[in-house]
Amino acid sequence: MSLKIENLHANIGDREILKGLNLEVPKGQVHAIMGKNGSGKSTLAKVMAGHPDYEVKSGLVTLDGLNLFDMEEPDERSRAGLFVAFQYPMEIPGVTIANFIRAAVQARLPEGEELDAVEYYEELYKKMDALKIDRKFTSRAVNEGFSGGEKKRCEVLQMAMLNPVYAVLDETDSGLDIDALRIVSEGVNAMRSPERGFLVITHYQRLLEYIIPDVVHVMVDGRIVMSGDKTLAHKLEAQGYDWVEKETLKSA
Amino acid sequence: MDTKLNLNIDRSVGDFHYDVDYEFDAGTGLSEKTIDYICDVKKDPDWIREFRKDALRKFNSMPMPTHWASPDLENIVFENIRYYLSQGTMPKRSWDDVPEDVKRTFERLGIPEQERKFLAGVEAQFDSEAAYSNIKAAVGDQGVIFVGSTEGLQKHPEIFKKWFGKVIPTGDNKFSALNSAVFSGGSFIYIPPGVKVKHPLQAYFRINAENFGQFERTLIIADEGSEVMYMEGCTAPKFETSTLHSAVVELVALKGAKIQYITVQNWSANVFNLVTKRGIAHEEAEIKWIDCNIGSRLTMKYPGVVMKGRKARGEVISIALAGDGQHQDTGAKMIHAADETTSNIVSKSISIGKGRSTYRGLVQVGRHLKGCKNNTECDALLINTDSRTDTYPAITVRGKENACQHEASVSKISAEQIFYMQQRGISKAAAMSLAVNGFVNDLVQQFPMEYSVELKRLIDLEMEGSVG
Repeated sequence: MSLKIENLHANIGDREILKGLNLEVPKGQVHAIMGKNGSGKSTLAKVMAGHPDYEVKSGLVTLDGLNLFDMEEPDERSRAGLFVAFQYPMEIPGVTIANFIRAAVQARLPEGEELDAVEYYEELYKKMDALKIDRKFTSRAVNEGFSGGEKKRCEVLQMAMLNPVYAVLDETDSGLDIDALRIVSEGVNAMRSPERGFLVITHYQRLLEYIIPDVVHVMVDGRIVMSGDKTLAHKLEAQGYDWVEKETLKSA
Repeated sequence: MDTKLNLNIDRSVGDFHYDVDYEFDAGTGLSEKTIDYICDVKKDPDWIREFRKDALRKFNSMPMPTHWASPDLENIVFENIRYYLSQGTMPKRSWDDVPEDVKRTFERLGIPEQERKFLAGVEAQFDSEAAYSNIKAAVGDQGVIFVGSTEGLQKHPEIFKKWFGKVIPTGDNKFSALNSAVFSGGSFIYIPPGVKVKHPLQAYFRINAENFGQFERTLIIADEGSEVMYMEGCTAPKFETSTLHSAVVELVALKGAKIQYITVQNWSANVFNLVTKRGIAHEEAEIKWIDCNIGSRLTMKYPGVVMKGRKARGEVISIALAGDGQHQDTGAKMIHAADETTSNIVSKSISIGKGRSTYRGLVQVGRHLKGCKNNTECDALLINTDSRTDTYPAITVRGKENACQHEASVSKISAEQIFYMQQRGISKAAAMSLAVNGFVNDLVQQFPMEYSVELKRLIDLEMEGSVG
């Protein structure tokens, strides 16, 4: 059981961004992808989620054997168990957090079944408290006027409420101060389970001090070029991405 | 005020009609004979007969306002319209006395039930005349008058005559002239000084007949320091041919009085809805129009407030939803005619499919005035690429110490927003609904609760059809 990406090629317009990417995240593990800006990390997250601007040219992504690309609409993929915490979460004016998450939870219930409002709010408040999000935020419009840290905490709150099988966190550490980073990481760590896999995309090793990965992958120019344990992250931090590129050239 | 109201505005709910035997029928077309017929049936006093005939002359001499308004107006064929249809002129005081074939319509629309639950008074108009009109005893005992226009002019001429046609003169526009010629039904309301009516008064306007024109006339006078909330709902069955609804509504708020007038218009898509609404606010009085236009083929409506006394206040809050084949041409008029008067206009429109929404605003502040303020915000949301919106603000502020602020925006729901919501498992149609409801959310809060619930449900219904 895993999130498996096989020989994935994807374009934006005429430009190829993902150039034969292979990766497997077994259920129960946390994998990290590190890479320079422009290496295609965020593209991978959006392609999996089904962003309309990207075109999949070839390759396969499966969730526990289920072909993701058989599901055309992003909402089908979400309900199949895929969650993406975005680097730049969208603002939805006038739609409150409580109503937004409620609509998402409701969408997972069988047709005709109504969400129990009392249970929903109990669950929501519990998770907000854990993420140290003020309960007043339930009536704030989604991401509107939020600070960078508030947006990221709100992404993790949504993840906690939706209980995905595989979660992709795209640069969740960007824009976070050290306290927020700790709170967000604790939120993610609390969700680690044998029943769930994580793919953590980050530019910096810093996040991986808090969310300890089982495997670290390095992405260069639309491919995974190197994989290792958490010490790889330290090595990258110390020696920079140029070192990876030289190593890759050597082996090529 | 009790703000609960269960008025159903799902268009499919109003789309039914029963065959009814009309006792009085003025036939098709409009002439002096039509006017005489109406006057005879209604036993109008002579001054009203004269008033109507003068209005007919004005109507005939005035051109269609197509130099600025939609050419779709040319498609109204006045000769094909039936101007008066009723089963009698005096509304019943008890639902038991309302003829069965009319009563079942209002029962199906849920009006008697709402009346029992939370209304201070109800008038239910069926084509040309109110079939039912009643006011709760406790409210009537305070001296509040709530009757139809015919009863108003016959039984309360001293108040009626003083204000009737004074806020909106007959020749204000072609359709106010038409209404003045053939008006029937609508409400006459008088609130005595200092009386604050706790619960809303409601009128429900129902068109049942095909090729018919409904021309209700409403006059509300809130005497010094009084307060009243009036709500109107409208539906009609969907016919192949067009139907005309052309009302005139006049409000008078005397010193320190407050009138809140709420409309939820959900006419079927064959109705031309051409309405003139205006209020005069005397010193420290307040008139607030809350206007929601969802149905009709073409709506032209620009509720206005003339702020005649010092510190008077006018407000128009409007939501328009223009679906495929619909044109919502709405807005507001604010005439500042005294010092320190303030007005506020907030308009939000949503255009879906090939729907078109237009905002027209008029704000005038005279040269000799000081301390006047106006705030205008109009926001348009376009759902599809062929949806359309236009904004025509006309703001004239003279004098030195007046302030005016105008903000307008046009937005689209971005593909990124929809993608974001879909990633959370919400379907595209549900995501669109959420975004649209979010857009009008701050205004919907100002509607009575039951209206806002229904409004949300209706938006959901509209959005389901708009996502291909």
